[in-house]
Amino acid sequence: MKSTPLYRLQQVLGKSIPILILTIYSLIALFPIAMVLINSFKAKKAIFGAPFELPDSATFSLIGYQTVTSRAAFPTYFLNSSIVTFTALVLTLLIGAMAAFALSEYDFPGNAMTALYLSMGIMIPIRLGTVGILRLMVSLRLVNTLTGLILVYVAQALPLTIFILSQFMRQVPKDLKDAARIDGASEYRIFGMVLPLVRPALGAIGIFTMIPIWNDLWFPLILAPSSKTATVTLGVQQFLGQFVSDWNAVLSSLTLAMIPILILYIVFSRQMIGSITAGAVK
Amino acid sequence: MQQTSRRRPFPIHVLVFLAPAILLYTVFMVFPLINSLRLSFFEIGSQNQMSFNGIQNYIKLFTDSNFAPFFWRALKNNFIFFAVHMLVQNPIGLLLAALLAEGGKLRNFFRTVIFMPTVLSVVIIGFIWQLILNPLWGVAESMLKAIHLGYLFGPWLGKPETALITVSLISVWQFVGIPMILFYAALIGIPEELTEAARVDGATGWDTFWRVKFPIILPTVGIVGILTFVGNFNAFDLIYTMKGANAGPDFATDIMGTFFYRTFFGQQLQLGNPTMGATVAAMMFLIILTGVFLYMFLWARRVQTYEL
Repeated sequence: MKSTPLYRLQQVLGKSIPILILTIYSLIALFPIAMVLINSFKAKKAIFGAPFELPDSATFSLIGYQTVTSRAAFPTYFLNSSIVTFTALVLTLLIGAMAAFALSEYDFPGNAMTALYLSMGIMIPIRLGTVGILRLMVSLRLVNTLTGLILVYVAQALPLTIFILSQFMRQVPKDLKDAARIDGASEYRIFGMVLPLVRPALGAIGIFTMIPIWNDLWFPLILAPSSKTATVTLGVQQFLGQFVSDWNAVLSSLTLAMIPILILYIVFSRQMIGSITAGAVK
Repeated sequence: MQQTSRRRPFPIHVLVFLAPAILLYTVFMVFPLINSLRLSFFEIGSQNQMSFNGIQNYIKLFTDSNFAPFFWRALKNNFIFFAVHMLVQNPIGLLLAALLAEGGKLRNFFRTVIFMPTVLSVVIIGFIWQLILNPLWGVAESMLKAIHLGYLFGPWLGKPETALITVSLISVWQFVGIPMILFYAALIGIPEELTEAARVDGATGWDTFWRVKFPIILPTVGIVGILTFVGNFNAFDLIYTMKGANAGPDFATDIMGTFFYRTFFGQQLQLGNPTMGATVAAMMFLIILTGVFLYMFLWARRVQTYEL
């Protein structure tokens, strides 16, 4: 039975059709990104004349990058995005871990209520409170500051961070903590001891907190639209609005905006995707 | 050491651990949200003073000719936007996840590549597709011609009939990685014994998938559905980037997020109105909350979760 030609044909098809579909879809996913990357290094004539070809010595040109570096304040945008993302990330992880530790470690009155109150924010997008946030920022004089952005991003990221981290912290063996307590360690010391034990979870949450903050357009547009506080996403959006017809500049600025995230993603993609799928194969 | 008494005072270290999170979350998320909801019952006078006006803003939103047609259109468009994601993004995500879960050497490579657009900013994706679909550049047209479908090409983003579907599909293209990875995680969590048993009984791969695997991952189907819903009714960046705050052509791509932005900040001919903006946001809040409740009480309670 098992060696009939039909069966073998089925076997071959069963193996190759999935690969074929995945290959085609991967091309669909990569193609638009690749087109921008490739064409950003070409002269205008080649962008239109031979869009699908790699740049060669005749068509290679950095004119777009020259326009971008002279016209747009890319270094400022990068600095702003980095400050906002990094500070918000560190604060989210630290403050989130502290709250998660309290919720998972201590049985105090109101524990369940506090957990519920904090987890309500997981499903409700913070954008819906924009009118209130802008009023608050105006009264705190935090409009057009990076601090305002950071505070909003931390508040937005905390609910999910606390929810996930407290689940991980519950898995830390109790003996370990009790032994430290007998040795006279303070509760703060014990927190410091538990933190490295949930490092993989901190890493995964970190990556997933960073990406939406780096990519956000809404809050930079509303809370910090000044040229001094513009983030990469907002800066690129405004720059592209002015230079729509300069194809070299558009392609180069898109490439510049993509590169840091793409590098970060390629370096960390295993951990990132692994962290989601790890939950499945406990 | 007087801690021997039964009723201990509330431990101070617990407060220290909790206070920063509760404070930040309350001040910068909960309070502004509640304040926004409150403001939807107020009106701003010419001297910038606030006065309570009951549900007048809501009546205006539903009946006034400056708001109502825009509101209903944005709501309808948002449901179309959501439908495209449910009918295209999530089935493709499921298909890709099922193929990835079969294994193979290139699995990690495919996974990484297909998830790539998801990590990029919506602004970048929006501009990239504007270039690709631009008839001036002609990249999309040449691609279609290469597979003899050149006659299908048109200025999709510019025509009112096709613009909304086109931006929806671009959003699908970007975010298909999310359902894919969630389904994938659920599928590889299914113990082999279960599928092996079906295979021994002579079931085909197709049967095994729909009769054994799919029922097991139903909870994930629900999670993907509600995440799509919340994400779609909160969307803004892509349409603002590609079509501007006016969500052209002729408001054909206007969804709740862009309508909220315009109402709040105004546009060329109309001044912004914070309290009407708050009213639109309150409606979005209500829609999202309804979705979340429907999911929690009608779906999550009924769907059986299998202990594996």
